[in-house]
Amino acid sequence: MKREVPIILTLVAGLFCLVGFFVPHPWVRDRYEDLQNWALILVGLTYVLGVANVLRVNLRGVAQKQPDWPFKLALLLGLFVMMGIGFSEGNAYLDSTSKFSWMYRNMYSPMSATMFALLAFFIASAAFRAFRIRSTEAMLLAIAAFILMIGRVPVGNMISHYVPDAADWLMEVPQNAAKRGILIGAALGVMATGIRLILGLEKTYGAGDGGGA
Amino acid sequence: MLAAFAAPGVFAFPLHAEDTPNDGGHSITLEWTPPATPPAQWTVVRREAPNGAFAPVATLEGSTTEYQDTGEALNDGVRYEYQLVAVPDDPNLRSEVSPAVASSPDWFDTTKTNVAVVIAIFFVVLFYYIAQAQRGMKWTFRKIAGLAAIEEAVGRATEMGKGVLYVPGVQDIDDIQTIASMILLGNVARMTAKYETPLQVPTNSPAVYTVAEEVVKSAYQDVGRADAYRSDQVRYVTSEQFAYVAAVNGTMLRDKPAANLFLGAFFAESLLLAETGHSIGAIQIAGTANVHQMPFFVVACDYTLIGEEYYAASALLSNDARLLGSLKSSDTVKIILIAVIVVGSILASGGFTQFAAWWSTTQ
Repeated sequence: MKREVPIILTLVAGLFCLVGFFVPHPWVRDRYEDLQNWALILVGLTYVLGVANVLRVNLRGVAQKQPDWPFKLALLLGLFVMMGIGFSEGNAYLDSTSKFSWMYRNMYSPMSATMFALLAFFIASAAFRAFRIRSTEAMLLAIAAFILMIGRVPVGNMISHYVPDAADWLMEVPQNAAKRGILIGAALGVMATGIRLILGLEKTYGAGDGGGA
Repeated sequence: MLAAFAAPGVFAFPLHAEDTPNDGGHSITLEWTPPATPPAQWTVVRREAPNGAFAPVATLEGSTTEYQDTGEALNDGVRYEYQLVAVPDDPNLRSEVSPAVASSPDWFDTTKTNVAVVIAIFFVVLFYYIAQAQRGMKWTFRKIAGLAAIEEAVGRATEMGKGVLYVPGVQDIDDIQTIASMILLGNVARMTAKYETPLQVPTNSPAVYTVAEEVVKSAYQDVGRADAYRSDQVRYVTSEQFAYVAAVNGTMLRDKPAANLFLGAFFAESLLLAETGHSIGAIQIAGTANVHQMPFFVVACDYTLIGEEYYAASALLSNDARLLGSLKSSDTVKIILIAVIVVGSILASGGFTQFAAWWSTTQ
């Protein structure tokens, strides 16, 4: 039963949502929206489990003085301080003058932006490897990238108006064609995966025992 | 006073009213061709047919030619009549009173007929191939290097006495890519359970965490290694995108897993994760359907499952005949769609655009 019940629930809910996509009648549409609201409530409840997991994993790490315990302690302190200040400010915690907002703007946002800024360095190192010409495909990639980069800056137009034109052509014709091909394939993959789940063929997900790899 | 609106103007023009098609009811659509010199504004007035009193329901710009009267105040099954009255009121600038019309909810949205046809074809083809599979039919599929590499990566991690890091993307469980990732996680967890290789799954959504935990636990039970499952293998880290990246990168740099599997929906964090993984020398396999992140993974990872390869991975890994039948149906529908695109292009080039327009989902 532990395996059959999730499959039956998935089948019923999946087929109902599939029908709900095509039927605007309120009898179906209202229940379709109810199902989506239930999903939101379930996701909301999983946050309780998520925070419990964060506490369990990190408190145990700190208590057992695992090698990275200072990081776990910093995480727990951050969690408790932000939660404590947020709760103490009640419904006003999102006001621009609240302590919670101040901490979010002046502590969390700069740290987040710092992580994002690392992308510039990682793009440079990845590009260095990608543009090493070791095969015909790599050469084509390097030439296309060179035309595109030059064509997207003013110096490209200064060299010749054909350079930005070539960059536009690369983006609009071969790039778009490849992207659409991938998207059509991915869309069919989405349909196949969805139907496999709805029909209970894909038992690995949630119900176990479907693989064998 | 409002009843007087019913008198049409000297230059009255017809007002067409109909039940709004393909909707959930409570809506009537009005269309008209305004006079050569329209007023600054129109007032739309409505009454219950045949003897109700007209009451204004909206004020529109004089150049408007269409209006949808929508709302719970409009009762389904009740017949209404409409009229347009000029603002400021001019007895000569009024439409005729529209024919009485009632709104009603529809049971099928005909603008989605093309989607329904494709899904119906998909179901028919799928059931055909599943039946073929159950009769013992075997098909040959193109080898996907990235899939073979997953077992190789787990084996390498086992030999090195290191772990496998599985990153299921940054979208929630309602995203089909995350669901596909959970299916693949089941396959990977079976391998790590069999080889007794440490597996870590940091998640960035509590809903994904609960599903991933269940999937990994089931996988360990399926191969008879329930005792090897540890409750901290699957962890919820945070739902914040870059805080999640910091945590996963920190895990990579401290624990130095031998294999990193990035399978799911990724955005700006794709290269941040993959380059950090590259710097520690891990074998890296990525899979995503986000086209904008594929180049980053192609550059920074050893193998990348692109688009449909990613969705096909679980079926190919399982080797289950019915799942392989679903792949065959996907390929067949793809051939049908390619034929539709070719025929549509030829017809559109010859000036027959109706065929291509019928397939459009933005009518």
